Amino acid sequence: MRVRHVQAPVPIAEPPARRESAPAAGAVRPPRISARDVSVFYGETQALDHVSLEVAANRVTALIGPSGCGKSTFLRTLNRMNDIVPRMRVTGRVLLDGADVYARGVDVVQLRRRVGMVFQRSNPFPKSIFENVAYGIRINRLAGSRSNLHDRVEQSLRRAALWGEVRDRLHHSALELSGGQQQRLCIARALAVEPEIVLMDEPASALDPIATQRIEELIYDLKREYTIVIVTHNMQQAARVSDATAFFWLGRLVEFGATEVLFTNPRERLTNDYVTGRFG
Amino acid sequence: MNAAMLGLTAACATVAVGLLFFILGYLVYQGASSLNVAFFTRLPAPVGEAGGGMVNAIIGSAKLLTLAALVGIPVGFLAGVYIAEYSSRRTAILLRYTGDLLNGVPSIVIGILAYSLVVLPMGHFSTIAGGIALGIMMVPITVRGTEEFLRAVPPSLREASLALGARRWVTIARVVVPAASRGIFTTMALGLARVAGETAPLLFTALNNRYWSHGWTEPTASLPVMIYTYATSPYDDWIRQAWAAALVLVAVVLAANVGGRLLLSPRRTAAR
Repeated sequence: MRVRHVQAPVPIAEPPARRESAPAAGAVRPPRISARDVSVFYGETQALDHVSLEVAANRVTALIGPSGCGKSTFLRTLNRMNDIVPRMRVTGRVLLDGADVYARGVDVVQLRRRVGMVFQRSNPFPKSIFENVAYGIRINRLAGSRSNLHDRVEQSLRRAALWGEVRDRLHHSALELSGGQQQRLCIARALAVEPEIVLMDEPASALDPIATQRIEELIYDLKREYTIVIVTHNMQQAARVSDATAFFWLGRLVEFGATEVLFTNPRERLTNDYVTGRFG
Repeated sequence: MNAAMLGLTAACATVAVGLLFFILGYLVYQGASSLNVAFFTRLPAPVGEAGGGMVNAIIGSAKLLTLAALVGIPVGFLAGVYIAEYSSRRTAILLRYTGDLLNGVPSIVIGILAYSLVVLPMGHFSTIAGGIALGIMMVPITVRGTEEFLRAVPPSLREASLALGARRWVTIARVVVPAASRGIFTTMALGLARVAGETAPLLFTALNNRYWSHGWTEPTASLPVMIYTYATSPYDDWIRQAWAAALVLVAVVLAANVGGRLLLSPRRTAAR
């Protein structure tokens, strides 16, 4: 067991000023995340091919494209969740506030605290509602006292718009909740460790329309405090919730820009065919 | 023809299930009359005297099983965690197969091993030697059960924990193992129930004792060895007591099995 140590982000030699891809519309501040020529291989299979894109602060960036286009792979490179896949290899660089997250010496635990994640299928722990949210606070030792822990759990549940529905049954099993509630619980759990960026991998794809709508409203609210990257294969959803959209196709980034432009007046023919439903 | 086949298979199924009830019934028939307070509270009576009990064998078995748990469960559990959570696929296959082979080693051979490694160096039979022999038998059972129940934990729970900034061992200790804990406990209970009835590895490790076994370094009585000794004796009273001991042993083993299954039953899925 290694001693837990707080590690400052490793600075990179190159100044982050160089912009290789166009910044998302509305981005006035430097991008939070800047991917440069990112390629990902699973063994011999190449899943991503030289993807460069920038994620603006306090915006929702949607990644769209047909199944197997690499959008989830790209999302998982941002918090290095791909590291747990055997024989995975990344080239290029992923800069978080200018520092390469794949640099030697980067502590993935610190990275994942800053870059939280919500998964496609809600995956609450088989514990109580309270313990699900408290888990990340406990393991990262964020709460100094029992009452502080309770406050943080409540605050996280409020942010995920779940507090009112569960306040009277915090110590019931999380598995008693409905699918939509479970997914909001997973969002609360992710928010509890105070990430700066939240990655969402098709967070509503397993939910009914009403639960989906609640998640979408939540995403809209959350962008005031967080930077959000969301993978979806639901184009209407991307159009509704996102500020910028990236269209992936066969592991390549075809087009990236402001959502309203990409959906109404795309540069690329391929994008146009996809967003108008001609394939996918 | 179809009716004949149906009849034959159904008859055999009845026999298979009926065996358990036959054994139970026969044990009760033969042993219940010798089950009294003295059986659970008194030492064996001197040869030739009627009465007495097996309290030393009951306590002896409990001590042996405690040692077996202390030896077998930590090693088996941690090895199971390694196989399920850390090892590569090829290593896992190799380790699992090796564990299965160890599980298949006849218990008398485990007894010889404990005899030569513990009894001979110590110079005498002891509770420790018997406990170690049973503990070795616990290892592969615990490894297999731990591994299977850990593997049944959905990968999405591991991902959820890792994504919250948990290190791998924290994820294993606080999410994966707790999620599998009921299954793992059941495995351990079944493993103990299984070795509780082992006689061969105890014959020349713990030996037997007609008196109290003090501490851990003296030979000790145990229920299975008592059954063997009493059942093969020429005294009617001893033979009846052997039946009573068998009834007690089977009752304990059955209780552990049924308890383990109840713990695992899907109705009890309330999260902690």
